[in-house]
This record gives sequence, C-alpha cells and structure tokens, in this order.
Amino acid sequence: MKAYTSLSEVKDAIQKGETSCQQLVEFYLQNIEKKKHLNAFLEVYTDEAREQAQQVDQKLKNGTAGKLAGMVVGLKDVLCHQDHGLQSSSHILEGFISQFSGTAVQKLLEEDAIVIGRQNCDEFAMGSSNENSAFGPVLNDADNTRVPGGSSGGSAVAVQADMCLVSLGSDTGGSVRQPAAFCGIVGLKPTYGRISRHGLVAYASSFDSIGVFSKSVEDSALVLEVIAGADEYDSTSARVEVPAYSQALQKQDKPYRIAYISNTLESEGLNSEIKASVEEKLQWLKSEGHTVEAVEFPLLDYLLPSYYILSTAEASSNLSRFDGVKYGYRSPNATNLESMYKKTRSEGFGAEVKRRIMLGTFVLSASYYDAYYTKAQKVRRLIKDATDKLLSSYDFIVLPTTPTTAFRLGEHTADPLEMYLADLFTVQANLCGLPAISLPNGTDKEGLPIGLQVVASAFAEDKMFAFSKYLMEA
Amino acid sequence: MLNQEIRDKYKVVIGLEVHAQLLTQSKMYASDPVEYGNLPNTNISVITLGHPGTLPVVNKRAVEYAMRMGIACRSEITRYNIFDRKNYFYPDLPKGYQVTQDKTPICRGGFIAIKTKEGGEKQVSLTRIHMEEDSGKSMHLEGDVDTLVDFNRAGTPLIEIVTEPVVESSEEAYVFLQEIRRLVRYLDICDGNMEEGSLRCDANISVMLAGSEVYGKKVEVKNMNSFRNVQRAIEYEIERQILAVEAGEKISSETRTFDATTGTTISMRTKEELNDYRYFPEPDLSPLVISDEWLNSVKEQMPSLPWELLHKFVNEYGLSEYDAQVLTDSKNIALYFEELCSQTRNYKAAANWMMGPVKGYLNELTLDITNFPLKPAQVAELIELVDSNKVSFSVASQKLYPLLLQQPQQKAIAIAEAENLLQESNEDTILPIIEDVIAAWPEKVEEYRGGKKGLLGLFMGEVMKKSQGKADPKKTNQLLREALEK
Repeated sequence: MKAYTSLSEVKDAIQKGETSCQQLVEFYLQNIEKKKHLNAFLEVYTDEAREQAQQVDQKLKNGTAGKLAGMVVGLKDVLCHQDHGLQSSSHILEGFISQFSGTAVQKLLEEDAIVIGRQNCDEFAMGSSNENSAFGPVLNDADNTRVPGGSSGGSAVAVQADMCLVSLGSDTGGSVRQPAAFCGIVGLKPTYGRISRHGLVAYASSFDSIGVFSKSVEDSALVLEVIAGADEYDSTSARVEVPAYSQALQKQDKPYRIAYISNTLESEGLNSEIKASVEEKLQWLKSEGHTVEAVEFPLLDYLLPSYYILSTAEASSNLSRFDGVKYGYRSPNATNLESMYKKTRSEGFGAEVKRRIMLGTFVLSASYYDAYYTKAQKVRRLIKDATDKLLSSYDFIVLPTTPTTAFRLGEHTADPLEMYLADLFTVQANLCGLPAISLPNGTDKEGLPIGLQVVASAFAEDKMFAFSKYLMEA
Repeated sequence: MLNQEIRDKYKVVIGLEVHAQLLTQSKMYASDPVEYGNLPNTNISVITLGHPGTLPVVNKRAVEYAMRMGIACRSEITRYNIFDRKNYFYPDLPKGYQVTQDKTPICRGGFIAIKTKEGGEKQVSLTRIHMEEDSGKSMHLEGDVDTLVDFNRAGTPLIEIVTEPVVESSEEAYVFLQEIRRLVRYLDICDGNMEEGSLRCDANISVMLAGSEVYGKKVEVKNMNSFRNVQRAIEYEIERQILAVEAGEKISSETRTFDATTGTTISMRTKEELNDYRYFPEPDLSPLVISDEWLNSVKEQMPSLPWELLHKFVNEYGLSEYDAQVLTDSKNIALYFEELCSQTRNYKAAANWMMGPVKGYLNELTLDITNFPLKPAQVAELIELVDSNKVSFSVASQKLYPLLLQQPQQKAIAIAEAENLLQESNEDTILPIIEDVIAAWPEKVEEYRGGKKGLLGLFMGEVMKKSQGKADPKKTNQLLREALEK
C-alpha cells in the first residue's frame, strides 16, 4: 500500500475502492511495528483503532461519516483522551488515566478521526530534541543517529514515517514547528487561543498551543477547522469565528508583502545551507512579483531570555499539582509530608523538568520577581508590539524554522543553553501569540530536512494556509 | 490579670480579615456543586482535583455576590479584574496554588458602620474585598497514621474582606463581625455561620504606647471559630502583648493560633518561616471585565439593606429608632414585618406584636421566623380584631394568639367565636355584671361616692374578671362611672 499524503487522497482512494479505513489502520499498525525502534509511540490502541475503523467504514457506506473519516491520527502524550493513559512522558504521572477528553480531541473524534495511539515527547513538553522523555529518546526516521526535534518528537516522526496521517502536538516555544522542520513535514502552531487548551497538559499556559503535524497544508487547514473555536472550558479561548480554512486555500490575486528579518538571517548560529534555502525561496517570491523586504528586529536577543523566564515561571506553578497526594507517582520512601513532596517530585520528574521548575521558582521569588518576571513581562510586551507593527505593513514574516538541521543524539545534552538555542526562531510566535507554520523546504547535503517558517498576524491562519500551499507548490 | 491603669497606657491596633463562603450553586472555577454535609469527596470534579489538562472558569454568580458586598460597603468596584496564583504546597490544596486576586481586588475601599459602646456609630474602613477559592480539608483520624483529605470544600467561592488597622478593641471586633454576618445575610450571599466555618476571621493585632507614632509588631491570630472566641482571643492577645512589652520583651511578628479550651494563643510560625507565595497573574484565566451594564444590573437587583429598611421603618411607618433597630436586626424578621405592614395600617401595633408575642414565641422555641406558623396576614387579622374592639389586646395576645398558634389553619375570628373570646360591648350584658359588682362592695361604693375616685380601678378589675376579660373596657368604664354616680 502506498503512503497517502493528504486526507483528500485517502478519500479518493476509498471512493474508488482502493482502500478502506480498516486497511489504512492495518497499514499504519504495520509501520508502527516495523519502525518500533524509532520509539515514536508510548501506547498503540491496536484493537480500538481496528474497531473504530470498522465503524467508520460502515458510516462511509451509509453516508453518515464525519469530515475526518479516513484520517488516522496520533496524539502527543500531553492531550487528554478519556479512559486512556496520560503521562506527559513522565514518571510522575505513572498509571494516570485521563477521565475526560480535551476539546480538540473530542472534536476530532466527533468527526470520525481514528486515534491510533499516544506519542512519545519530551517530559511535560520541555525540550527540543525529545531526549527528555522518561521513556527514552525518539529517533529521526531520516537518520536514526539524529534527534527528531522536540518536544513533540514522537508526533513528528509518526507522520514522517507513515505511522499515522496526522498528529496533534503542542507548541509552547516551537515544539511543533521545530520537529516538523527536522522531520520534513508541515507543522502548524495557530494563534494563541484559537484552539481550546482544555485537555492539554499545561507547560506554560500563556504560550501553550495545540498544533498539527501533517504532510500537506490541506490537512493542517482541515484539522484546524475542526478543532478550533471558542470553548466554555477555556476562558482564554478566542471568541473569533472559525473560517472554513480548507475551502480557502487559493492564493490571493494581488502580490503578497513579505518581510524577512535581516538580523535573523545574519545570526551567528544559522547553518549556511538553511540560510541559502531561505534566500532562494525569498528570491523566487520576488521573481514572482511579490514584495520582499528586509527589516530589522532589534529585540532578537531578548526573545529567548524572556521566553525562558516567563515559561519557566508558569511551569513551576503549573507543575505544583504533581505532588503525590491525589494521583500518579508517590515515593514509597517518604516518611512524612515534607519528605513525600521532596522525594516524590525528586524521583518523579526528570532533570530538565526539575531545572525549569527551579528556574521558574527562582524568578517568581519575592526578592527577584521584579528583576526577572516583571521585566520579562515588559519585554514580552515590547516584542509583541514590535512584531504586530511589522505585521501591520506586511502579510507575513518568512524566516528559517531552526538554526540547524537535525542534530545528533547527545550532541547538546551537556549544555542546556546550547539546546535552548534550537528554539531561537520559533519562540517569537509564542511570545506574541501569533500563528506560524513550518513547511518542508528541501534538504541539506546530508539529506536532512530543512524547514521554512511563515508567521502571520493573529487569526490570519486562512491567509497563512493559502500562502503556504502556494509556497509548497512552488 | 492586667490592671486597667497599665492597660490604658496602650493603644490597640487591630485589622481583621474575614472570609465568607458564598452561597452559590457551584464552585468558584468549576461546575461541581457546593453542598455541605455530603460524604467526603463526592462534590468534586477533574477541575476541583486539579487533574492535568483542566482549566478554571470564573463563576459569574460568585462575582455578582462579591459585587453586592462591595456595593453595600460603598467600595469602588474594580472593572478590570486579573486573577492571581498564590503558590504553596499543602495536601488540601489540589493544584499547589490558590486562584485568588492579589493586585486587583474586586472591591477597594468602603466601610462597614458599627454601633459603638457609647451608642454612636463608627465606620470601619475596608482596605479591599477580593475573590478566591477555598481549600479542601485535611482530616487526621484518631489512631490513623495517614492524613485523609476531603476535597468537597475545595474550590468553594470565598470573598475575603480586609479592614484597615482601625479596630480598637475586642468588643469592636465582635460587633464588626456581627455586622458582617447581618450584612451577608441581608445580601443573601453567605449564611454567616461562624461555627460551621462559612464565616471565618483572622486578626492582626498590635499594641503601641498611646500617643506613639510607631506601630507595634503585628501578630496574626487564626483559628477563632466563633464570635465569642474572636473576642476572647483578641482580649488574650492584647494582654499578652502589653504584659510582654511591660516586661521589656520584644514582640515578634508571627502567626499564632487560638486554643479555645485554654483561652490562650500559641505560636504557629514566625515571620522568618513565612511562605513566599510567589504571586503572579493566573495565565489560565482571561481578565474579567465588569461592564457598566453588568454593574448596574447587580445594583438594580440589590436586596434591601438593613439601614435602608431602618430608615423606611422610622420615616414611613413612624416607628421609634429603637423599635426600627430591633426589627431590622435580623433580615427575616425585617422582611416579615415588611409584609405585615402591607396587610395592616396600624404599624405601631404591628411593631408591638412583632417585638412582643411573635418574638416571645420564637425565643421560647428558639425558632427562626421562617419557621413561624402564622403568616403575616394572620397577625394582621389579630391586629384588626383588636382595632375594631372585637377582642381586647390582652385577650388577643394571651388567649387567642396561643390558640391560633396551635391551629394556624383556622381563622382567628372563628377561634374567638368558638372559644367565646369576643369582646362584650352590649350594655345589656355588661350592666348586670356592673350591678353585681356594686352590690358586692357596698362600703367601697360609699367611699367612691365620698370622693375616692381612685377606686374605679378596683371596680373595673372586678367587672373584667367576672366577664372573663371580654367586656369592652371603654364601654365598661363609661357604664361603671354612670352606675357609681347615680
């Protein structure tokens, strides 16, 4: 069986009788089995997926199937799926079963998507290489000695290696776009609040966004169309109407106005092949008659520091609930209340999570609050204002998704700061709450995928999708 | 014991923090019900338990209740509310933080007026009122090494009312709390029950030499679970601090707990051990904006306030300040009286009935007026029977009223007829009794006729006795004079 790259292809094939949901599920199950060594899935719902496939096939026959019939999806292990395990790739949630489905997952199921399993990731979505999972690293299918990126590494690899058609991940500082770039697929992070966070395990609440991995822009648009929208369970979800993204993928007639940030392209750590691939794309856009202009973004150096101060502050508080009292892991070595907290959390969390909890606790502590948290909030506001201003004169900002292509396992694990640089180009969209997408843009000389990032104005996903499709077809 | 002379050298400075549980159907940030007395861990949800992936959603009704309190206290209502997280670890705190309001309390300023010992009025200034959620309850069962946690209470909406440091004595604190209880009951936002913990009070207490400019170190006292205990705890703490200062000791900033059995306060933790709560804006809640429309609609739906009713009772019903005070003391009494006054025009009689027979009955059986067997219309009927001279007040209150209480479904007039209680104003019935009385007391009649007019009372009493209280007193008086002066 051939690997499909979009739901419309799948639907065509089903219509022609070339395949069925049941055959698709078998195909993906076989791939999951065959590529077990990639460690993409933490749990595979074999029987359940088969059963669901049978039901959806029946619905297709009856003409009662939902919009996503034929779509086999995987879920990053930070998404609540009723009566299914949920661990955020952490020991601290050992044995935890979610009692409810998050809004996005619920909406997928209602449109007859088939959930095939839950996917490995960095613990509590903290990481850029998927090496921080309590269940071991995920390997890049393009080169098994290399990381898939993170934190949604398992979700990216699952789509890259045809273990499912689409994955849902989460993107707090680049956790969907960066692994999408490393794995050569499409990775979407929509506007903050576009998709309800109800049922997404919180890392940094004011940055977190559910995101979509797919092989095509169409699928990305279609899935967003299904899972976006206001939600009574999330007061930060946007009360902005959801357009039919999948129906509006035609490029606009008049030329686009595109900005690229010159100091980004001049960044010291930027791999020259990636730089060349972005420049080539920009050149092509110019030749097509679009306006392509270089702009300066003087706040570039402040992106990572403000991101890491604010996100760890929120994380330190969000992860307080994992204390051994109510659910998940409780240290058997505890002797009293204090030792229960200390031992449970010391034993249950991995090193990177502990590092970020301590960092966040520090920046929120009374003596340092103003110097770090308050200042970072102000800087975030400046970054947002400057970026919004830029986007008021341009349709998009085009930039590389990552400074390098997929690096080797263990290459950056010794120095966390080096690892944090992997998010250099992605955190801006999260700091500003803007939609951004990473598109495959060729490979380097070693055959490793390169990603190209498009950032748009808030709630301009429709425009961003149309432009992305245009870029992909170039 | 501290002698008064030493005590008078000091000025006492008290600030109070009062938590009131709001009477909403559901929790502050989740839809699970707020109910009391249920089995442990039955009023819970994934949100209350802080399961991963859950988010808080603000209970609009709780916000309205907080606004009501602020409006009643003449506070400024904050229009742009940001919630904050207060971080600390405790097993009864499911998320590891409490969602509260730190920098933008929903109400700022305002005051609550209390009566002083001298009979005047004092306005106790408020710093703020903010919204937050309650914690669960840790339970240490006897003989069990484990601590159990009941999360039913977790997430129950609270308002915290914080006063300026302007309370000057334990009596004032007591009266202030009573006033808060009366207010929250009038506002229908809290049942005001301290013993059950729906109203809780912490006190920040310090002493300073009178005339000094420098405040003493303040000590926070917690765990005072009755009005009386608040007074006792503060009283104890004032004496402890003054004695310590007199003995040349330094007061240290600390938190103390009140032990009701010994009547003393005991140190819990010193300031140095205090938590750093790491407050920061709650990123899971979008800012809560209170529009003009919303504020106005809450204002329009405000229940009557005690001082509004008092004003009305004095000015519209012509009651004395004292009577009006008594009748507005409890909301339910005041509302009952209001309805009674819509059924009768004799407001003074209505007030007397309320303060006499009605309260007497309720006090005797320790009932609330909501359980009083008679409807206001029935009390109005009693008043009407007296006013139309069908029964005397004494018969109405001492005979008819007890009978009516026993059979409240009956009409008062029907009982009066059946029990032969109707007042006699018919001359043909009264005159023979008068004649009997005159015949029975010939010497007294002589004395009366000789000028001892004061004896009229004796004759009146005898006639009333013989008529079993039914004789119309006015008529009897007139007929008796005529008979004696013949």
